[in-house]
Amino acid sequence: MIQRTQAIRRSDILLFCTQRNEGARLPYFLRYYRDLGVNHFLFVDNDSSDGSREYLAQQPDVSVWHTKASYKRSRFGVDWMNWLLGRYGHGHWTLVVDPDEFLVYPFCDTRPLRALTDWLDASSIRSFSAMILDMYPKGPLGIHAVQPGEDPFQTSCWFDSGNYTIQKNAKYGNLWIQGGPRARMFFADRPERAPAMNKVPLVKWHRSYAYVSSTHMLLPRGLNLVYDEWGGEKASGVLLHAKFTESFVAKTSEEVQRRQHFANSHEYRAYEAGLGDSPDLWCKWSEKYINWRQLEILGLMSKGNWA
Amino acid sequence: MSLGFVMLCHTALGRAAQVARHWSTRGCPVVIHVDKRVRAKAYDKLRADLADLTDIRFSPRFACEWGTWGLVAATQAASAMMLRDFPGVRHVYLASGSCLPLRPVEELVAYLDERPRTDFIESVTTEDVGWTIGGLNIERFTLRFPFSWRKQRRLFDAYVRLQRLLGFRRRVPAGLVPHLGSQWWCLTRQTLSAILDDPEREQWDRYFRRVWIPDEGYFQTLVRLYSSDVESRSLTLSKFDFQGKPHIFYDDHLQLLRRSDCFVARKIWPHADRLYATFLSDELRNQPRAEPNPGKIDRLFAKAVERRTKGRAGLYMQSRFPNSDWENGMTAAPYSVFEGFSDLFENFDLWLGKVAGSRVHGHLFAPDRAEFAGGETIYNGALSDSASLRDYDPRAFLVSLIWNTRGERQCFQFGPNDRQKIGSFLARDPNAQISVISGAWAVPLFRSNLNFGDIRREAARLQKIEAEHLDVLRSVKAKARVRIWTLADFVENPMEPLQAIIDEISPRSLRRLTEAPRMADLTGFGQFLQNLRNQGMQPVLMGDFPAGDDPRNATTRRGRPYLVK
Repeated sequence: MIQRTQAIRRSDILLFCTQRNEGARLPYFLRYYRDLGVNHFLFVDNDSSDGSREYLAQQPDVSVWHTKASYKRSRFGVDWMNWLLGRYGHGHWTLVVDPDEFLVYPFCDTRPLRALTDWLDASSIRSFSAMILDMYPKGPLGIHAVQPGEDPFQTSCWFDSGNYTIQKNAKYGNLWIQGGPRARMFFADRPERAPAMNKVPLVKWHRSYAYVSSTHMLLPRGLNLVYDEWGGEKASGVLLHAKFTESFVAKTSEEVQRRQHFANSHEYRAYEAGLGDSPDLWCKWSEKYINWRQLEILGLMSKGNWA
Repeated sequence: MSLGFVMLCHTALGRAAQVARHWSTRGCPVVIHVDKRVRAKAYDKLRADLADLTDIRFSPRFACEWGTWGLVAATQAASAMMLRDFPGVRHVYLASGSCLPLRPVEELVAYLDERPRTDFIESVTTEDVGWTIGGLNIERFTLRFPFSWRKQRRLFDAYVRLQRLLGFRRRVPAGLVPHLGSQWWCLTRQTLSAILDDPEREQWDRYFRRVWIPDEGYFQTLVRLYSSDVESRSLTLSKFDFQGKPHIFYDDHLQLLRRSDCFVARKIWPHADRLYATFLSDELRNQPRAEPNPGKIDRLFAKAVERRTKGRAGLYMQSRFPNSDWENGMTAAPYSVFEGFSDLFENFDLWLGKVAGSRVHGHLFAPDRAEFAGGETIYNGALSDSASLRDYDPRAFLVSLIWNTRGERQCFQFGPNDRQKIGSFLARDPNAQISVISGAWAVPLFRSNLNFGDIRREAARLQKIEAEHLDVLRSVKAKARVRIWTLADFVENPMEPLQAIIDEISPRSLRRLTEAPRMADLTGFGQFLQNLRNQGMQPVLMGDFPAGDDPRNATTRRGRPYLVK
């Protein structure tokens, strides 16, 4: 455990992340979020064996906690995150993402993250939505290697732009979004089991808040009302999801073995079944990623009234 | 110098110091007011930072909570100081700590020198104001507001309601006509001193102390008593969003701000390094200049407000999920639904694609798969043809298709053999143009090679489904453009309805249809219906086909297209 939390200043933007053997991704991940203006990273390392924990411990703006406990027992990391958030996140803008999730928000190419959080503060908005957008390469999965430090979206630059479904969750008030290449390729016969794409990763944290299930929804319920119900658009972003890089195939079989994921890892088992013939998620209607403005025009995110 | 600046500051004092230094070193005296709630340490640092400048003063400090009297008191004190300490000043410009000059101050001075008697202050009667928060215009002046709007919103609202209920009204002092406007003004010494030295000021102040947001009303009202030349606009470019919060400018607004030709803009994001570096440098001198023209910026922010309040029609996404009837467009664009046409006509979709110049799909809601145009298995937006994915949320499937294909009209076939769940949505959607030939589903049965008992059962099933669907289309809640013909009526005269539908799809083409789609041969169809009747089934939806009296097209030679001039 390496703690540099005493270096956190009152106005700092904090990033919270759980990772396991993501050594290949971390250099780019840290660079990406440092460039956006994250001030301090708080990692939970779930017993990595690839040296990634040691790598993180060397970073001047990173604190790492090590656990050998079961990911599943900790409700898929939510308990760890909530504990850290309550302890260190109170009063800060906090970003909770996985090592393969990269936040894109309106004007992210010209305005740092602090511009967004300042605007959210001024607008009395406490939480900011960013749905997951699965990015995939063209061609069978597993043939494009991403070197450590390299931008995974150089090759995984394609996405599905318009095949999502939305339902409102009456209990927590959040939207439940499904769809994208995973629903299309792996869950076509059981769409109700397709993974949730809605996320609320950026929150002005208060110690009374808690994530309920991953970062898909929070308590109190008001934090989930990131959408407008009267026809208008609220500002929102996208989490580019570098899931289908070359390590996906290997990771899938490992995760099926570990059985540490949600609902008996049915998601990974579906992938394993689908991966048998090394599928190509790409189709001629796949969109090639350009920038946030493209995502806004496609209606995947919105500037809201931020101009 | 003839121009002095009063700056009201409460945050980002470093930026305020930069701007104050800019003005002061270019010969304009500056009086700075710092909110009393700012800590002593930050205040002392600001004073120390500017200590080398002789033409900067710091005025007595007031606590300036938004919407309260403190802001006016601070402005009065600072303005008085300006008039007293700098007798050369003719115009006093009220600015904030987050203002940024966009043009060299010499140009502003020259502009004012040409208008030495003019007071620039937005000052509008309460009847003509369209932008106030919470719908309070004249009531700002006639009600009492003891509760904070920011911190005690419920009490604030409840107390306003109570006063309205009781008919309570404060009396506006005689001689005053309430005016409202932007708090950022530029007044002449004559006008400003008349307001500040008014023998009745005590009375005005007592009254305005309890007016809501007096900083948008005090000077705006009193200026009307003394000024001979009010130019009712602010020289400061300042835009407000739909909640009354000022829009903020960032580095990426640089070109927009540069071309606005406005003198001063607010609010600037304190970390907008490029804006501060550019506009506080001397490089902007000697550029061709015009009258302030914030039109482009106005449009940008107006669009932002519209996006936030109305959104994009037909878009359902993570931050726009409208309640029923609040969609502002259930779908993104008009589309056409054809029911029965592909049963009656051979290759109807090919014909329609040709004459209407739009994308024609088969049965998008067919039980086994979505029949996209051209037999595609995946369509625009990576929409899958999988029936289970589609049926999981048929509405999402349809709105996605229409959204994904914006700019190209979509047509598709629908009928009683299809999944019916989407029917009520189609009926309610004003973008749907639905054309129905009722009972046309009987034509494929008529031409099929099934046992008659099976035909009879199938006919009863389809008729029941279509009858229910037609009820939905005819319901009072239906907003779609619906046209329904019975099969008999349609066969009698097919060209007129087809022409009407095509005209609606492409209104500008104004083309007469010359080629009709090939109609199925209906010889013996009347007898077929009679056989159904004889077996105890009552076919009603296809209209009147007397047995033995075959429709006219039966007289044309088999296999030839049915042509009408």
